[in-house]
Amino acid sequence: MSYFRAENISLHFGGLKAVDSVSFAVEKGEILSIIGPNGAGKSSIFNLVSRIYPPTSGRIYFEDQDITQEPAFGIARLGIARTFQNIELFENATVLSNLLVGRHRHSTTQLWQELLFLPSVRATEKAHRRRVEQVIEFLDLEAYRDKLISGLPYGVRKVIELARALCTEPKLILLDEPSSGLNVEETDDMSFWIRDMKTELGITVLMVEHDMTLVNRVSDRVIALNYGRVLAMGSPAEVQVHPDVVAAYLGA
Amino acid sequence: MRFVFKTDYEDDIRLFPHSGYIWSYGSLLVLLAIAPFVLSSYMMSQLVFVCIYATVGVGLLILTGFTGQASLGHAAFLAIGAYTTAYLQQFGVPFLVYFLAAGVLTGIIGAIVGFPALRLQGIYLVIATISFAFIVEEILARWESVTHGNEGMRVKAIQILGTPVPRDSPAFYFLCLGVLILTIIGSLNLLRSPTGRAFVAIRDSETAARSMGVNVSLYKVKSFAISAAIAGFAGCLFAHKLSFISPEMFTLQLSIEFIIVIIIGGAFSLHGAVLGAIFVVMVDPFLTFLKDDIPGVIGGLAATFGASTAKAAQIKDSVAAFASANGLKGAIYGIIIILFVLFEPLGLYGRWLKIKLFFQLFPLYKRATFKRQKIYVKSERNR
Repeated sequence: MSYFRAENISLHFGGLKAVDSVSFAVEKGEILSIIGPNGAGKSSIFNLVSRIYPPTSGRIYFEDQDITQEPAFGIARLGIARTFQNIELFENATVLSNLLVGRHRHSTTQLWQELLFLPSVRATEKAHRRRVEQVIEFLDLEAYRDKLISGLPYGVRKVIELARALCTEPKLILLDEPSSGLNVEETDDMSFWIRDMKTELGITVLMVEHDMTLVNRVSDRVIALNYGRVLAMGSPAEVQVHPDVVAAYLGA
Repeated sequence: MRFVFKTDYEDDIRLFPHSGYIWSYGSLLVLLAIAPFVLSSYMMSQLVFVCIYATVGVGLLILTGFTGQASLGHAAFLAIGAYTTAYLQQFGVPFLVYFLAAGVLTGIIGAIVGFPALRLQGIYLVIATISFAFIVEEILARWESVTHGNEGMRVKAIQILGTPVPRDSPAFYFLCLGVLILTIIGSLNLLRSPTGRAFVAIRDSETAARSMGVNVSLYKVKSFAISAAIAGFAGCLFAHKLSFISPEMFTLQLSIEFIIVIIIGGAFSLHGAVLGAIFVVMVDPFLTFLKDDIPGVIGGLAATFGASTAKAAQIKDSVAAFASANGLKGAIYGIIIILFVLFEPLGLYGRWLKIKLFFQLFPLYKRATFKRQKIYVKSERNR
């Protein structure tokens, strides 16, 4: 049984088939990239997996559990974290509190305890803070801890989004175009981090990406999509020379 | 300039980041403690209203400022707290019990109002809360067996351990101040724990909050309930302060005053609620001053600058007519809100932060520090 499995998932907006009966599986500990031209349905697949959209049909399994009917906030509690293509950070909060929201799924304190800020709350808060600091160190964000998001440059925000996802201690992380808007150096950093996430933290990565250099460097397997359908699946090298993929990108 | 050097995770959690805070809040507390022995009884009465308005303001800030759910129905929550007080008092229920009941009942009703709010955003939510306030107002006027309708209800003085606490006594002032301080501390505690961060997350991006495991609906309802409960507690004190309540005291005008509290004060910090409350409550004494003294002063000035006695009297009369015109209060509110939204969206507290920074950095302060910058447009499709 695969670690994560999508079976014939579809997403239709009226007559438009954004995702048309797509099936794929992610093995534990691998980095799987989804590529495809604009409008191929890559981000839609992410939104289906993280339950922002309900699928028109099909089923999604994670660790042999059917998560198709799980509410969106339940997905995070199962250990699936995600980043967004158009950064969705909490603009008017500090970097630290953004990252601490990532710890939300681990919070155990009750409302009345929080109102009084009992010693137990203080202790768990410090524990959360310690975990967040590990992520800050992992992604070199020390300089930005107390900065407001609204004043930070795009490249840094991108990293903070990744950091927030890591703060949830995910088993599976969904990265929606991690390198978009980054310069060459930042993309390099990103590729190291993605590989470190796999090797050091043992996180399985599902990634949508346009930058083929990054895809080639980090992916174990690649899925190519077009018009909501799977064109090809396999190693990065195989997929890139697949005739359908070439046709989709360059025209037949 | 002070630089806070953090050496412990505790430093990110504590309420007073450095000793300066303890000094300034300590001296403020001392001033507030000696106030009843220094200020006139009229000013003390205004100070009690500041405390009550600030308490409601803190509650409204949690909902509107931190969770991003606008409400124009807080007068209704205040009314529910006030009427619970008046109703239970008839049966000789002790103060502490009906005080708690006022908060809890209002909190429950707040949660119920929160449910339809789950599907509404922005202006639609405002309209829904206004309708709720109208419904409550109407119920208060019509449910005569409980609320005595438009005749209103008398509220007796608080009895604590058999001793009455009259509404204009220093003890009542300290009670209101105590409730305000406890509300502020409780809210600060909430805001530095997971619930408060979830509120802020919902305000800034519901989609992201959801994908971080925040149960958005649950937290919106929680926010409504907490905000309403605080208004309920304030309502109990409000009823005692007025000693007589009737439906026409809890109109849309009052809800708007609460919104003004947080707009003028600054909607991103609890300081704003207190500053805004001072402003809103002090508009009345200011208007009285305008009515009583200004016409005489201007008339006198006109006379000294060579106007004839008749002309000076005429000027004095027209100024007096202007100062006591109906709706002047509304007009002043309106103008001030417009000016704040245009020139100081961060409110009085934002202005205070700028002044503070100016002196901290003197002479290196740059105006651009607080300049609002245009940022890229965030995608709205995942709402």
